Amino acid sequence: MSAQTTANPYLPFVTKIIAVKAETESEFTLTVQAVCSITPGQFFQVSLPRIGEAPISVSNYGSDWIQFTIRAVGKLTGAIQNLKTGENLFIRGPYGTGFPVDRFKNSRLVIVAGGSGVAPVRPLVDQVVNGQLPVKSLDLIAGFKNRASIIFTDDLVQWQQKSNLTLTIDKQEEGWDGATGLVTEHIRKLRFDTFDDLQVIVVGPPVMMKFATAEFRMLQVPAERIWVSFERLMSCGLGKCGHCKIDYTYVCVDGPVLNYSYAANLID
Amino acid sequence: MNKSFKLSSEQFKTVFAGLSEHYCIVGPKRFAGLGRFSDTDLIRYAPLTSIDELELAEKSCFSPKDLVFPPDETLFYFNGQQFSEAALPDNLEIIVLLRPCDINGIDRLDRMFMKNADVIDPYYQRRRSRLHFFMIECRESFENCFCVSMNANRSDNYAAALRFGKDGVEAEVASDKFLETFAVNGSVFEFKPEFVSENQIKVELPKVETMPPEIFTDKLWEEYDSRCISCGRCNTSCVTCSCFTTRDLFYGDSRTCGERRRVWDGCHLDGFCDMAGGHTFRKNKGERMRFKTFHKIYDYRKRFGVDMCVGCGRCDDVCPEYISFSNCINKLSARLKEGAE
Ligand SMILES: Cc1cc2nc3c(=O)[nH]c(=O)nc-3n(C[C@H](O)[C@H](O)[C@H](O)COP(=O)(O)OP(=O)(O)OC[C@H]3O[C@@H](n4cnc5c(N)ncnc54)[C@H](O)[C@@H]3O)c2cc1C
Ligand code: SF4
Ligand code: SF4
Ligand code: FES
Repeated sequence: MSAQTTANPYLPFVTKIIAVKAETESEFTLTVQAVCSITPGQFFQVSLPRIGEAPISVSNYGSDWIQFTIRAVGKLTGAIQNLKTGENLFIRGPYGTGFPVDRFKNSRLVIVAGGSGVAPVRPLVDQVVNGQLPVKSLDLIAGFKNRASIIFTDDLVQWQQKSNLTLTIDKQEEGWDGATGLVTEHIRKLRFDTFDDLQVIVVGPPVMMKFATAEFRMLQVPAERIWVSFERLMSCGLGKCGHCKIDYTYVCVDGPVLNYSYAANLID
Repeated sequence: MNKSFKLSSEQFKTVFAGLSEHYCIVGPKRFAGLGRFSDTDLIRYAPLTSIDELELAEKSCFSPKDLVFPPDETLFYFNGQQFSEAALPDNLEIIVLLRPCDINGIDRLDRMFMKNADVIDPYYQRRRSRLHFFMIECRESFENCFCVSMNANRSDNYAAALRFGKDGVEAEVASDKFLETFAVNGSVFEFKPEFVSENQIKVELPKVETMPPEIFTDKLWEEYDSRCISCGRCNTSCVTCSCFTTRDLFYGDSRTCGERRRVWDGCHLDGFCDMAGGHTFRKNKGERMRFKTFHKIYDYRKRFGVDMCVGCGRCDDVCPEYISFSNCINKLSARLKEGAE
């Protein structure tokens, strides 16, 4: 059985849920016990056998734990929302190319994340904030639809102290004294005297990524300095099922993190 | 060194009977009255109990890809805590009688399932490793075939190649495994298989390194918006289509037990790229036609060095809307040329 488990890449392994935290009404973060070698930006195929399987980004990890931050939108994610500490979650991975962390070392890093797009960049931001990944500066623009949809509130407070954080919601709401407007408006305010050692990351829903990357290009940021993470329907994570193919690229194995100079030319 | 033999029909029957003791022999077979239209026959790959069942006069509607990639396959069972990989239903070694285009088609599947991303798909591999190709010599093409244009009319990837004649069989045997039975029953003879060298249908492949972005939204795709009904038959009949989705099942009488299966999916079908949040790609049928076309004759080559489509023409044979893929390829090439002018 165990020999099979290692040989057959479709077989998940069992992990125990050690913590559950509600982020918003429909989003929550699970911590599971597992020892894996992970790069920020990678994902797992997470499943409840009998219900289904889906790709979920690693939203943080340690030496013997992994976090997933999940939005309950359907069959599987809805069922996972009902799980409690002590119950099992089945996973296989990690999959995909993560962020090229070494290239970010000593860079002036700009991260723009929209909504649940904050999840895949969270391990990276944490590495910067806790000093594991030294950078010259970190500008972080995190955009959410509204106040109720803000996730990682505790982290955001911490990040604020160690980075230049802009936390923005789409429209003004009563009692909100932070920034408002789409992330693009805040990108526009960034000033770059030089593009030397600049690195930009953009992660979020497809429309947000389209406009955010365009905004950076308008600011003359070279495409090679921009990194994006793609989401596509995925059934395998192994370059077999064909769902995630765009042109000759398989997002599950060649991505999800892609350099924009390459990603910009991919047409679905 | 390959050795060739001549066998009378009776002698070949003896070979077939001998091989049947150790192998399941599969080939195109005619099922009377089961065709798409009333009074037509269905021809598909099936186990043969005698060589007389081998259908040579007409093309099979479906390809032999089920043998390596069945339409619905259990991956593993789950008992609440543990997984057990689903075993193959039998341990039979399989001899498959097929034409050069289909041998090349299975090669295209091999690249996807055995090479892509350096991951070997164990479910594919275990079926693939028990297949032995007996190539049916194919010197004249059927309707809609364009294997020559696709460079898929020839193959030397076979255990044996067979020419079926009126009064017997000529065979070239490439694998030692099968040498004895041919040598004992037949007589030594000079035979090398020939290949079809011209099809009625010809396609001109686009000669571009990179598709210009305009062609993705070109008006050439628009006709398919209204013509294609996204039934997915072109995908299911294609020997090289390899996409699948996984589905979980649970057993009615158990809260904890179930299984995960994989089932064929196709890029023409609705829902192929639906994502959470209601976002989708390629809503229009024309965009799906473009996606399939580029995969078959353009981007697969960029990844694997050879075109995916083998020109078997089955997609044209089965399309209820009479959409012709070979036509589409030619239209695309023509548009690209116009654009370049
Ligand atoms: C690399 C990657 C990383 C990801 N990371 C995360 C993450 O960290 N957190 C997270 O929450 N999600 C993440 N996702 C998205 C996640 O995989 C999906 O939300 C998940 O697949 C939903 O599964 P489900 O079974 O719950 O939903 P399903 O029941 O499959 O349905 C989900 C939604 O899909 C749509 N849909 C499904 N079927 C149809 C249909 N037939 N017609 C129309 N619409 C349909 C609907 O909008 C529905 O709400 C990631 C995706 C990728 C590719
Ligand atoms: S067989 Fe024809 S109608 Fe059906 S999906 Fe393919 S192109 Fe469309
Ligand atoms: S695309 Fe059509 S012609 Fe080409 S291999 Fe598939 S079914 Fe045959
Ligand atoms: S998810 Fe299956 S090929 Fe990428």
